[in-house]
Amino acid sequence: MLKVEGLRVRYGRIVAVHEVSFEVNRGEIVGLIGPNGAGKTSTLSAVAGLVKPDRGSVELGGEPITGESPERIARRGLALVPEGRQIFQTLTVADNLRLGGTTRGDRRAFAEDLEVELERFPALRRYYDGPAGKLSGGEQQQLAIARALLGRPRVLLLDEPSLGLAPLVVDTVFQVITDLRDDGVTIVLVEQNAARTMEIADRCYVLRTGRVAVSGAGAELAANADVASAYLGVA
Amino acid sequence: MTSVIQNAIDAMTLGSLYALIALGIALIFGIMQLINFAHAELIMIGAYALVLLTDPPLLVQIGGAILIVVVFALAMERVAFRPVRGASPATLLVTSFALSYMLQNLAILILGAVPKSAQLTPALAETFTIGDVSISRLDVLVVVLTIVLLVGLAGFLARTPMGVQMRAAAENFDMARLLGVRADRVIAAAFAISGVLAAIAALFLVAQRGSVGPAIGLTPVLFAFIATVVGGMGSLPGAVLGGFLLGTLSVVLQAVLPLEIRPYRDAFLFGAVMILLVLRPQGLIVPKTAQTRV
Repeated sequence: MLKVEGLRVRYGRIVAVHEVSFEVNRGEIVGLIGPNGAGKTSTLSAVAGLVKPDRGSVELGGEPITGESPERIARRGLALVPEGRQIFQTLTVADNLRLGGTTRGDRRAFAEDLEVELERFPALRRYYDGPAGKLSGGEQQQLAIARALLGRPRVLLLDEPSLGLAPLVVDTVFQVITDLRDDGVTIVLVEQNAARTMEIADRCYVLRTGRVAVSGAGAELAANADVASAYLGVA
Repeated sequence: MTSVIQNAIDAMTLGSLYALIALGIALIFGIMQLINFAHAELIMIGAYALVLLTDPPLLVQIGGAILIVVVFALAMERVAFRPVRGASPATLLVTSFALSYMLQNLAILILGAVPKSAQLTPALAETFTIGDVSISRLDVLVVVLTIVLLVGLAGFLARTPMGVQMRAAAENFDMARLLGVRADRVIAAAFAISGVLAAIAALFLVAQRGSVGPAIGLTPVLFAFIATVVGGMGSLPGAVLGGFLLGTLSVVLQAVLPLEIRPYRDAFLFGAVMILLVLRPQGLIVPKTAQTRV
């Protein structure tokens, strides 16, 4: 479904991602884990079109999307929920959700999908006409995920969805992610919370200083001592 | 009492002019951090269009001028600002100055530096009296048209999909694009609206002054820019509020200053602006997104 090969991302003279390759099959959860500065967020930004990769290629459903604009990539069916959630704080919850359907022309099906998301996240229905900036951190994360899902993406990229949330809320977020997989959504999950990610991911790639250090099935990796050292950054 | 009402009417009409121009500038700034000083030349183009289209009936004349200014505004965006989109605000500012000077001098070259006298329609200059207060039809037109435009724009931004996309883009452009909002379309729409506002401002200016020159938009745009700063850069209600505040303050100073220092009115006006900005550097209305970025 999503294939990234030899990706390199540079900000001026600083190389954030040296060479990252990974693959995501339909219906999978693939985790990208690693310490701060490993290049996880930069990788997602390049895949979603926010920064142009310096080298390498990205394919979505077999078609190249390398270096296209974020709006075109979104229209081809890739959604990114960025770090920090990035909801539109001055807009209402309703407007945020409607913006999730920007790429769609099917009004009736959108209304049905909206109902599904409001069932999934009841807090969003409670504050539907209020400003999104008033939501708590966990509710903002729910809004960001619902908004992305309303575009009916083929692949959903989640960047640090549990960051800054209370432990109980983190549980909810991970539960939602596994529920989504059961609904058939293809997910790339970037997380600092490596243990939780390996638990739910089908496969994981461990990034270190802009390269893939180790990869493999989530459960396998969890048992591997190398991962601990890669994650901790100890050579 | 009569002079108070007369002054209130003057304050409303001058405030309307500044508010419309300030809104056009704030709209573009909110979305792409560009302070478009070439807005003055959009007003100039609108003013000349009104003068050159004198034959058709007034409504056709105004409609034609709006169309011409919108086309120029879109061309401006496409040719001058799209190549520097995403550059630093300083680069954008210099680009807008360069464009402004170029169009200004082009107008002098083609149309001459001397203002042409221009009478839109005698009907607008007619006045009627209520009690002791004489009101021109133009004053009524200015205030009514401004209210219609403000309400219309507020409705557009609040209710239509494109309006919501514009507000989203103004708050977080990258995130809007990640949801599939087309950057080119949203920016083009902002320039088109800014063009409509410039054309109406041109109508007010031509009708009030009775002449058109290449510099017709310069001073009003400078005042309107100051109004956006006073109101709070990036806030649309702030721009409108700042416009009306500046218009009102101008008229009040004109009325209360002793005759011998009245020529220095603008010194007092901008003195007041400076005091306000010392007390409240962020402007009167701060956009919510600028307050907390989590």
